[in-house]
Amino acid sequence: MTLTAVILLGTFHGINPAMGWLFAVARGLQERSRDLLLQSLPVIALGHLASVALVVAAVSATGSLVTATALAIGAGVVLVGFGLWHLLARRHFRWVGMRLSLPQLAAWSFLMSSVHGAGLMLLPVLTRMPASHHGHMMSGGMLVAGVHTLAMFLTATVVAVVVYEFLGVAVLRRAWFNLDRMWAFALVGAGVVTLVGAI
Amino acid sequence: MTLWKPDPTFYPSPRDAAEAPPEKLAYVAAFDRSAQRPDALAVLDTDPGSPSYGTVVGWTDLPYTGDELHHFGWNACSSALCPYAPHPHVERRYLIVPGLRSSRIYVYDTKDRVSPELVKVIEAEELGKRAGYSRPHTVHCGPEGLYVSALGGYGDDGPGGIAILDHNSFDVLGRWEVDRGPQYLAYDFWWHINHDVLITSEWGTPSMIEDGVVGELLLGRKYGHKLHFWDLRKRKHVQEVDLGDQHQMALELRPAHDPTKTYGFAGVVVSVEDLSASVWLWHRDDRHGDGSRWAAQKVITIPAEPASPDDLPDVLKPFGAVPPLVTDIDLSVDDQRLYVSCWGTGELKQYDVSDPFKPVEIGSVRLGGIVRRQAHPAAPDERLAGGPQMVEVSRDGRRVYVTNSLYGAWDDQFYPDGVGAWMAKIDADSFTLDERFFPHGDDFRGLRPHQTRLQGGDASSDSYCYP
Repeated sequence: MTLTAVILLGTFHGINPAMGWLFAVARGLQERSRDLLLQSLPVIALGHLASVALVVAAVSATGSLVTATALAIGAGVVLVGFGLWHLLARRHFRWVGMRLSLPQLAAWSFLMSSVHGAGLMLLPVLTRMPASHHGHMMSGGMLVAGVHTLAMFLTATVVAVVVYEFLGVAVLRRAWFNLDRMWAFALVGAGVVTLVGAI
Repeated sequence: MTLWKPDPTFYPSPRDAAEAPPEKLAYVAAFDRSAQRPDALAVLDTDPGSPSYGTVVGWTDLPYTGDELHHFGWNACSSALCPYAPHPHVERRYLIVPGLRSSRIYVYDTKDRVSPELVKVIEAEELGKRAGYSRPHTVHCGPEGLYVSALGGYGDDGPGGIAILDHNSFDVLGRWEVDRGPQYLAYDFWWHINHDVLITSEWGTPSMIEDGVVGELLLGRKYGHKLHFWDLRKRKHVQEVDLGDQHQMALELRPAHDPTKTYGFAGVVVSVEDLSASVWLWHRDDRHGDGSRWAAQKVITIPAEPASPDDLPDVLKPFGAVPPLVTDIDLSVDDQRLYVSCWGTGELKQYDVSDPFKPVEIGSVRLGGIVRRQAHPAAPDERLAGGPQMVEVSRDGRRVYVTNSLYGAWDDQFYPDGVGAWMAKIDADSFTLDERFFPHGDDFRGLRPHQTRLQGGDASSDSYCYP
């Protein structure tokens, strides 16, 4: 059940154009090179992983200091707050520059994923993991982050190649559902669930 | 509030944009030269199937007088689809309308209404104190928000430059340039968005233009004659390309819409050597292996037309000729056609620029002109003053719109008996005037029409991140 949720979340991030596959496609189209597209995706996934892993590290560090209930309540509050902020604030991620080196692309992906709160959705999963042993939580959490990112990476690769080779970016006009707003609702929902579970 | 699906007027690539449906409305900036009455946004019906086709169907007076509306732009465009900071669920609905003389910037809402409605006024002080600029001019929606070029400094004559506005609140965020290098004069700007390159052009500072063209400055070759290339990311000046100081007033910049291309066209108003006008092509300088340098070459020269001094306004009498005065150019979204306004001789030229290094003239329409005063076929008895000036092309490249006023003080010098007010539409394929589309005279209620923006976007409004 938990593993399924982790994989589904990774798939969701993989589908979201803003999380990176679109950037990979654009780089490929600009240079007329599928190699450049394929080269970009692992780098983008790496940035995503770093962002998610940071959340895992923060949770396990906090988890070693406070009770499981306090951790869950804290996680729920963060989720609801972050989700509401995403829903109500009109700001969006800003970045200037199309011509990035691969390390810069990884940094971009890290920032994009972090601003998006990509790792936060794993909070409900992480807070339910046995917290008795700090090291155990850390390694378990990193496994979760790894599985999540792998799912994200595979999905993004499939979507990017299909759009690059067959569909073309014009599909964006019809198919680019506002995933960010949906994501914000999901964050709030997950936060509420976490809070209810804790209390 | 954001949308669930992308704004339908956003297109990933210029190829997709060329498939866009025809515009039903055109927004035209119109100003009162006497500054006694408010300037206005006029809305024209451009739907040939509509009973009010070719007439003014909407009108919004500005709240103040003396703004001198000139150019304007949209709050959002196809660059919202760019992959590094995508936000495609915003709406293209606000027109950002600078007052070139007042330095105020107005924000007008166009959604679900014909006549735009005022939603915000940015005072000259806000622009000045936050960005250090005055006389705002060109507006483009881009990666860091709204970019607005300005001709003058705040409290000083210069330098002119670019201010950044937040594209949600429309607050002035500040000066764009981190390092402006030798750049001092400003006018137009645009970019090669996928190459992180911004280009600016040069007209003059407020003191050089606001009371009309100054003969001594012109013959002294003091107006702008350079293109500047910038790093769009680092906001730094990279290189200036001097077209030669005889080429006075390098104004409109039209980069290729195809984001893989790195060339564009710049129009020069007049050469002080022979009164000719010219269009230049900028491109990567192949003489440098790393491709980081830029060069420009003249690809179109339009000669002056001899005329009797008796037929000429004072400013031109000593020369015995009419300069073409290329004051605006526009490149079709598919980068295949370039339109060149000759405001002095009263002509709109059409070029095939499929090879940008070798433009071929394939069409010409005569209208107005300092000497010729060519009438419009819809009103064959009216000698027309002014000439094709601001030119705008529909996204599909089929329709071309022109208006006839240049800039208040300059209108009066070159058309001292009155520049009039008119707008015309040209079919791009047959390159003939549409006899059903000729709003003129009282249709503009005594105001002079300047830039046109087409509903949903046009050839000079959007940038694209995908080829």
